[in-house]
Amino acid sequence: MSFEQILFYVFAAILVFSASMVISVRNSVHAILFLVLAFFTSAALWLMLEAEFLAITLVLVYVGAVMVLFLFVVMMLDIKTATMREGFARYLPVGIIVALLTVAVMALAVGQRHFGLEQMPAPIPHGADYSNTRELGLLLYTTYVYPFEIAAVILLVAIVAAIALTLRQRGSSKSQNVPDQVAVRRNDRVRLVQMDAEKRK
Amino acid sequence: MLDNLHNVNIAIVAAPLIGALIAGLFGGAIGRVGAHTVAIIGVAIAFLLSLLMFNHVVVQDAGIVTHSVYTWLVSDGITFEVGFLVDKLSAMMMVVVTFVSLMVHIYTIGYMAHDEENWPEGSGAGRNSYQRFFSYISLFTFSMLMLVMANNFMQLFFGWEAVGLVSYLLIGFWLKRPTATYANLKAFLVNRVGDFGFLLGIAGVLMYFNTLDYAAVFNAAELHKDLTMSLWPGAEWSVMTVICILLFVGAMGKSAQVPLHVWLPDSMEGPTPISALIHAATMVTAGIFMVARMSPLFELSETALSFILIIGAITALFMGFLGIIQNDIKRVVAYSTLSQLGYMTVALGASAYAAGVFHLMTHAFFKALLFLAAGSVIIAMHHEQDMRRMGGLRKYMPITWITSLIGSLALIGTPGFAGFFSKDLIIEAVHASQLPGAGFAYVCVLLGVFVTAFYSFRMYFLVFHGKERFRDVHHGHGHHAVHEPHETPWVVTLPLIALAIPSVLAGGMYITEMGFGNFFGAAIQVLPQHDVLGQLAQNYHGAWGMVLHGFLTAPFWLALAGVVTAWLLYMKFTHVPALIQARLQIIYSILEQKYGFDRFNDWFFAGGSRGIGRLLWQWGDVRLIDGLLVNGSARTVGWLSSVVRHVQSGYLYHYAFAMILGLLLMLALFVIAG
Amino acid sequence: MIPLSNYLILGAILFCISMAGVFINRKNLIILLMCVELMLLAVNMNFIAFSHFLGDSGGQVFVFFILTVAAAEAAIGLAILVVLFRNRHSINVADLDSLKG
Repeated sequence: MSFEQILFYVFAAILVFSASMVISVRNSVHAILFLVLAFFTSAALWLMLEAEFLAITLVLVYVGAVMVLFLFVVMMLDIKTATMREGFARYLPVGIIVALLTVAVMALAVGQRHFGLEQMPAPIPHGADYSNTRELGLLLYTTYVYPFEIAAVILLVAIVAAIALTLRQRGSSKSQNVPDQVAVRRNDRVRLVQMDAEKRK
Repeated sequence: MLDNLHNVNIAIVAAPLIGALIAGLFGGAIGRVGAHTVAIIGVAIAFLLSLLMFNHVVVQDAGIVTHSVYTWLVSDGITFEVGFLVDKLSAMMMVVVTFVSLMVHIYTIGYMAHDEENWPEGSGAGRNSYQRFFSYISLFTFSMLMLVMANNFMQLFFGWEAVGLVSYLLIGFWLKRPTATYANLKAFLVNRVGDFGFLLGIAGVLMYFNTLDYAAVFNAAELHKDLTMSLWPGAEWSVMTVICILLFVGAMGKSAQVPLHVWLPDSMEGPTPISALIHAATMVTAGIFMVARMSPLFELSETALSFILIIGAITALFMGFLGIIQNDIKRVVAYSTLSQLGYMTVALGASAYAAGVFHLMTHAFFKALLFLAAGSVIIAMHHEQDMRRMGGLRKYMPITWITSLIGSLALIGTPGFAGFFSKDLIIEAVHASQLPGAGFAYVCVLLGVFVTAFYSFRMYFLVFHGKERFRDVHHGHGHHAVHEPHETPWVVTLPLIALAIPSVLAGGMYITEMGFGNFFGAAIQVLPQHDVLGQLAQNYHGAWGMVLHGFLTAPFWLALAGVVTAWLLYMKFTHVPALIQARLQIIYSILEQKYGFDRFNDWFFAGGSRGIGRLLWQWGDVRLIDGLLVNGSARTVGWLSSVVRHVQSGYLYHYAFAMILGLLLMLALFVIAG
Repeated sequence: MIPLSNYLILGAILFCISMAGVFINRKNLIILLMCVELMLLAVNMNFIAFSHFLGDSGGQVFVFFILTVAAAEAAIGLAILVVLFRNRHSINVADLDSLKG
């Protein structure tokens, strides 16, 4: 067994393990941390597949941003873990059976028979001067420039949507209402009172 | 010349049609005078042109005129076309139809003058009813001419149905009266039974002759003489017998032969001009005309002829009996019509087609006369139709009286009058006939003479002589001064006089040619062994001789006996009829029930079909279609959705689970199939 | 040399684990969201593996886009979660049954 294979199996094992932990741990924070582990190992596997840019992106964007967001939300919300795990034991056997069945079927479909080395020989590894980032960039800014722009718009929309969803007006906050200020009339503010002068005593 | 005649033919049928359309569609705009003027002009044109054709075909004997006007469609080599055939038979019919129709048109002006009184106050249907009536009778004239002038079976059938339709419209003319709508529905349904047979007969002709053209069918008839067909396994019938009997079933419906006669007495619900035009003079004779027209076919089947003979004989005698007990003046005439149609049918059955058609012609004149006279009486009596409330009208309406007497004398066959020649001819022909059933028919027609005379003069005496019973009625009601009956206006009496003339003369004028001569030429074909008229001709010595001989024969004495009996019972010993009625209660009630035909039809056919209808409604419609199919499918869908609804739990994981299962299934399919 | 099938089976296992996660953690919306992330990771794994073995960088571009969309989805999903919690004081899926027919 070559070093590469050992590396693959170790990472794969950690990935499967951490994924299993994600769905089975009691504490949501732990689950997120296991998910982070899963992302890290995946990033490692992607490195082995010569997708260095995406591996780094996964770590930076997912672990650095999305997972932190998850953590943030979990900690912000007061979740009762006990009620959340209702029916866990009840559905576990069914879940395992369905999962195993699906894996078996999928393995049949994508197994050694169809996608082994004979059918799909491994490509020759690139040299040290090969830049995955450059390669990806060349594609992204030429062929896929239009989808790239759309992706940017989607992200913008997501930002706006997220803010719009969570934004709420507090009753206690103080702010000016500019249109009201502009529309104001003198009579709204000043009342002239006609009264007789009083004699000085 | 021939081309002109073709145009004349078209004009004959077109003129009444145009009149009908104008009077019917623009009746409101042109008013009463406009409507009757247009309609009468249309029919008058048809009458004059018919005389022209009669002159050409009969008087000048210039051969038949036959031509096709319009080919409607050609299907599988069979042409369906509109075409005219004017030979001596149809020329005579055309003159009779248009003449009687013209008289009736004129008469209608008087009869319908106060038609608005016959409608309920403010009835929408009563608006322009006068114009509508003229439209209908002109339309009827058109239909009848189409029927008579047809040169093929399809047009015959068209005319046949069209006169049925107009008859339906006219019987139910006063459509606000329940009895009228009942009567017109009855007429329509009974005619439908006959028409079904007729249609089957035409289908039979089409099947075996492969053409609808008269000439082609008649020429080929001889070839089909010995052909047989199997109606059901093991029953071999002669094709000609089957076709002829089916065609005759149609004639039974139209010409009101037992047992399809039930509609005719009820049709008296219609206005009297219609009773005269349709139910006495023309439409009911369509069946007689049709059989005469089909003589080349009927001659080939003795079975069919015997059938016709017996049916006709039964109708002639037994419908006459019914006339005796009627009190409604129009119904007496209606049963008399039935009886006389029976005579014509007997003549046809005895192969004396010429005699049948001859009687048709004379009967058209005097029966129209009698009907119009009855109508005149009804007008004078302010729409009173019960003879028991009349009497002594002789001095109030002399013209009606005289013409009625002439009509009655003609009807009973007084020697010298038109009816005598034709009826005597029929009786003699039946006597001479060798067909099975002829003996029975002879007895029937002979007895029929007595019966005819009896009821005719019963009516005559009750209406025109004796006590003026209408005075009692009015006193009984404590009414104001009695309506003095008065003679009807000239538009009513003119047709009476005009019809009285042929009622007297038409017989003697044409007996030599129509009865014994070769008047109809090739239009009527009789096999030598059936030629009873030919045999009679050997003893014929002119019309005058026949009249003189007429005084010596049984029919004359029977008729005289009938008249005398009527006089005795209704003039001399007026209490006797009630006594007889009390004594012969059973017979009286049988006659009262009209032999139970109506009751049987109501019970069996109407009740039966209502029962089937109810069955289909309750079970077929309510339970099966509504309950099971319509509501059932709705219920099934409702039940199914109430079950399926649980799938839509609203829980995310249920949907997710469904998706996963689907994925699993598709994968499995992919793996197993791939 | 690691054959392509190994990566694909690994992706399949990952996918099935997250599927089972959806199935057994049927109450906790946050875990459900994380399972979705995991599924996307499995898909990405396949994309990259194929991209590598077929020598086509297009697959990697797709992963790039998926990451983008997944980030947006996570952001909006969490925002909805927060709003939901704020209104209902619960993120229990069993409480969210207004769609029930």
